Amino acid sequence: MKEKDLENERIGTEKGYICRNFTGSSALLTRTHINYGVKGDVAVVRINSPNSKVNTLSKELHSEFTEVMNEIWASDQIRSAVLISSKPGCFIAGADINMLSACKTLQEVTQLSQEAQRILEKLEKSPKPVVAAINGSCLGGGLELAISCQYRIATKDRKTVLGVPEVLLGALPGAGGTQRLPKMVGVPAALDMMLTGRNIRADRAKKMGLVDQLVEPLGPGLKPPEERTMEYLEEVAITFAKGLADKKISPKRNKGLVEKLTAYAMTIPFVRQQVYKKVEEKVRKQTKGLYPAPLKIIDVVKTGIEQGSDAGYLSESQKFGELVMTKESKALMGLYHGQVLCKKNKFGAPQKDVKHLAILGAGLMGAGIAQVSVDKGLKTILKDATLTGLDRGQQQVFKGLNDKVKKKALTSFERDSIFSNLTGQLDYQGFEKADMVIEAVFEDLSLKHRVLKEVEAVIPDHCIFASNTSALPISEIAAVSKRPEKVIGMHYFSPVDKMQLLEIITTEKTSRDTSASAVAVGLKQGKVIIVVKDGPGFYTTRCLAPMMSEVIRILQEGVDPKKLDSLTTSFGFPVGAATLVDEVGVDVAKHVAEDLGKVFGERFGGGNPELLTQMVSKGFLGRKSGKGFYIYQEGVKRKDLNSDMDSILASLKLPPKSEVSSDEDIQFRLVTRFVNEAVMCLQEGILATPAEGDIGAVFGLGFPPCLGGPFRFVDLYGAQTIVDRLKKYEAAYGKQFTPCQLLADHANSPNKKFYQ
Amino acid sequence: MTTILTCPFKKLPTTSKWALRFAVQTKTKKTLAKPNIRNVVVVDGVRTPFLLSGTSYKDLMPHDLARAALTGLLHRTSVPKEVVDYIIFGTVIQEVKTSNVAREAALGAGFSDKTPAHTVTMACISANQAMTTGVGLIASGQCDVIVAGGVELMSDIPIRHSRKMRKLMLDLNKAKSMGQRLSLISKFRLNFLAPELPAVAEFSTSETMGHSADRLAAAFAVSRLEQDEYALRSHSLAKKAQDEGLLSDVVPFRVPGKDTVTKDNGIRPSSLEQMAKLKPAFIKPYGTVTAANSSFLTDGASAMLIMAEEKALAMGYKPKAYLRDFMYVSQDPKDQLLLGPTYATPKVLEKAGLTMNDIDAFEFHEAFSGQILANFKAMDSDWFAENYMGRKTKVGLPPLEKFNNWGGSLSLGHPFGATGCRLVMAAANRLRKEGGQYGLVAACAAGGQPSMVVCAYNSSYSGG
Repeated sequence: MKEKDLENERIGTEKGYICRNFTGSSALLTRTHINYGVKGDVAVVRINSPNSKVNTLSKELHSEFTEVMNEIWASDQIRSAVLISSKPGCFIAGADINMLSACKTLQEVTQLSQEAQRILEKLEKSPKPVVAAINGSCLGGGLELAISCQYRIATKDRKTVLGVPEVLLGALPGAGGTQRLPKMVGVPAALDMMLTGRNIRADRAKKMGLVDQLVEPLGPGLKPPEERTMEYLEEVAITFAKGLADKKISPKRNKGLVEKLTAYAMTIPFVRQQVYKKVEEKVRKQTKGLYPAPLKIIDVVKTGIEQGSDAGYLSESQKFGELVMTKESKALMGLYHGQVLCKKNKFGAPQKDVKHLAILGAGLMGAGIAQVSVDKGLKTILKDATLTGLDRGQQQVFKGLNDKVKKKALTSFERDSIFSNLTGQLDYQGFEKADMVIEAVFEDLSLKHRVLKEVEAVIPDHCIFASNTSALPISEIAAVSKRPEKVIGMHYFSPVDKMQLLEIITTEKTSRDTSASAVAVGLKQGKVIIVVKDGPGFYTTRCLAPMMSEVIRILQEGVDPKKLDSLTTSFGFPVGAATLVDEVGVDVAKHVAEDLGKVFGERFGGGNPELLTQMVSKGFLGRKSGKGFYIYQEGVKRKDLNSDMDSILASLKLPPKSEVSSDEDIQFRLVTRFVNEAVMCLQEGILATPAEGDIGAVFGLGFPPCLGGPFRFVDLYGAQTIVDRLKKYEAAYGKQFTPCQLLADHANSPNKKFYQ
Repeated sequence: MTTILTCPFKKLPTTSKWALRFAVQTKTKKTLAKPNIRNVVVVDGVRTPFLLSGTSYKDLMPHDLARAALTGLLHRTSVPKEVVDYIIFGTVIQEVKTSNVAREAALGAGFSDKTPAHTVTMACISANQAMTTGVGLIASGQCDVIVAGGVELMSDIPIRHSRKMRKLMLDLNKAKSMGQRLSLISKFRLNFLAPELPAVAEFSTSETMGHSADRLAAAFAVSRLEQDEYALRSHSLAKKAQDEGLLSDVVPFRVPGKDTVTKDNGIRPSSLEQMAKLKPAFIKPYGTVTAANSSFLTDGASAMLIMAEEKALAMGYKPKAYLRDFMYVSQDPKDQLLLGPTYATPKVLEKAGLTMNDIDAFEFHEAFSGQILANFKAMDSDWFAENYMGRKTKVGLPPLEKFNNWGGSLSLGHPFGATGCRLVMAAANRLRKEGGQYGLVAACAAGGQPSMVVCAYNSSYSGG
């Protein structure tokens, strides 16, 4: 109620400023999602989902929108309308995912799509021009709504992005997007948008013809910049709405030569067929048949173009229903929810904001952490022991920023200004001001101990000491600390600027405020964060280790690395298992395998770690040394097998067991060990929630997103199936495949689910 | 000396607000003189007529224009060339052949070749910087007599080869063998020939000035009509001043091979109807800044003779004004690029111990109507003062009847490097003509750093 009153007041106060004939609608007081006021002969429709930072298309919003539009169409006084959000930073973020998840049947979903189609069709045919005034995210259903309007004006703000990300949720734009987008921006561009789900910035959108006008965001004036920018956007939109109603402005856009040529080419059936074929081929290659949505999108677009709109719309709604019902879509939507969860700080706000950060070690990790920190405005010290190491690290940060300049995501001026947040040094100068120190030195306990003691001598009392380690238990590192409550683990993933996950590890002694602070820094760095308990390998490394052990076993059994890679990628892993070892570093893998092998014994057995030892001794450390399972050369994309590996593999060769060595068995041997260990982590309390387990596995380790993570996978494919598999392999190999108790419990009572 | 200087302020109301407040210091207060700091005076200042670029000055080089201003100054003041200690000029877009344009112009204008000269640049307040540098040199006792000025020739700008082409040409210079030369030449691509133009844009944001002004006007909700009205005022007042012969700082310039130019040619009072027809120049199609309400590209030069007061008196001059406090401020180059006057005004007034009410002549640089009006709105806003300036109350509006009464940059023109001296001379001449006491000069500049000079004028020398 409060919000509505405010809204009333806002319209009221603006009344005197811009127009005289403001008419309040009596219905204003009963609507919660949409309001409108009239300025002159232009209706200004404001979208404002209650109790949320973003607007989402829910059933309530749909029905209120229909009501409002009907009033506008019926009114004699109104000649045009402007559609705008009351929320800064968000036009409409998309359809309400919960609304889709709540649907039990395909028909229900299809019906939702058809309703939305009907509303938007009416909007598209509106006799009175409607201008969408876009500030902030305009995604999914939001964009479909916007492109149904007669005109679009967007703020040229970084926050203003347009896109149809449905494919990332395993669905398709189900409110006419598949039909309208190709007409608006051309088939190739539309397919690109729909198949990648990419966000398009306002200036690019203008070039593509997705929006008609841009409005520059304003600086400080007589009101806060954001507020005034919204007002200005509205004022500009109103002038355009009037212009459209008076026919002084044409909603038609002048197309460029290239665009005209493309459009012409697409009128030739043969060209169209070639385009479909090409795109389909590419999609098949990239999805490996694991994701049904992209192919259906192409299919629906094709139907619309080849058989006409009616068939297109029908196909869109039906395929939308089918897709939303798929396991893949459920898995991806689950991940979306998990991601939202992992973008929150469950420990609340820390007592003191971290403003000065110090990073020890300018290696790949240290410099990566520095890069994601400086560009968020954190004053960062990067300290290394040697000048060459430091140089390399600083160069890495600069290159990371400069690549963004090349992609026009930053200006060269912004790059320089961001880079000035970084101080590279060899000593501990300035550490007395640090609020947090993240160490990213080599994975060696005694070294970490030495560093911790050195640092504690120079940092202030409130300063947090975070260790970036992938396997050393944090409590062991903290053992030499004078203030173990300030010690925490922050496990980043390489390359830090690309990998979204941050695994935060708390020990028994870590204080709540320390955790809050670490999560706050991670969120600032743009990470999705899982918080796990301390233990050997924490969560992510611990899940990966048994799978890696199996990788070695499989290689020992004579499967060559290329074949193994293709088996894992075709299961949905983004990187093949052998390539992954090369990327992580064979020495690191060896380290982890030895450490964890000691602790977990038989359960991490299977493969012979001798393979890794021999590789390390020959200098085959993976990509960083130029040789691992493959040979890596600067500037050469093709990867050749490292033939020197043959003798090592031959010396450790084991006979394969034919009953468990089919391609599918190999895939499942890998993935079931992963899943079993993940569930064990939950069972042992390392993980607090299954959602964090899924997010960690997918975003940190590349667990197939189409399966939604180990826990979602168990839920969707049945615990019994997985336990059966494990038992089969257990019979062949032994204890490393014994299903853990929690997994067995789930298999025994089919009602038990990780996600209720 | 002090008594001579302070006694003639007969016009001063004895019970004015500040006089009461500063009763104890009345004596120094009246002159704004500071103990132990030399008084700096403007003996006189001149400028060439300001012309639309591409008109009569189009075949000249910048130092030709600067020379015209300097000879004009010599002629007007009859200052013996050997007494000039130093010459400083401001300029923005440099002609690379005459990068120290001050020196080239001074040599040609007949100043002594023993007088050092340097050139300064600070966007639209380059001449202000030349003057305040001079003030500093005099106040610190380094010099007694300074010539300060500025020049800009927008008719010709240095259009360069692209960086790639330049690199190729430089490498060719260094190539030793035919083989090396050929291999370099083989790297040539047609796009190397695309020229690089200097833009009136911020380097840090790549935003052009007009674009920024349009956004600023929008941020302060300044309407198109308001902007056109203000521009019309500027042109009308300039026309009037020109017709009445008030623009006495203008010296005629006999352009080589052409007719003698005697007056500014950008003053064109139009009608609001005519102005309303123009399309927006920067933010198309809905912006509010147009060609009619912006300052235009201008060619022109100005020069001014500044001296230590005792030197001027000893030489028998009757100076036109004191140059008192000045202040440079700077702020965000993106969103507050053109708000300098708002920030600087209260600070410099405070420094001088004055209030808005004390000022008799305001001379603000008019880059755009929208920029002046946005500054007015900012100065009149408590909210802005609280949230962006750290002040409890608003700065307050300068009264329009005291504001740019003889026209401004919108109508007279704005040769970037030369405008500062024009502003100061306009303030000085207005005070003498109108019998005022204090003048305030303010300008905005690229990089977000405006300047401000307060001139306290001593009417005793004006003979009135």
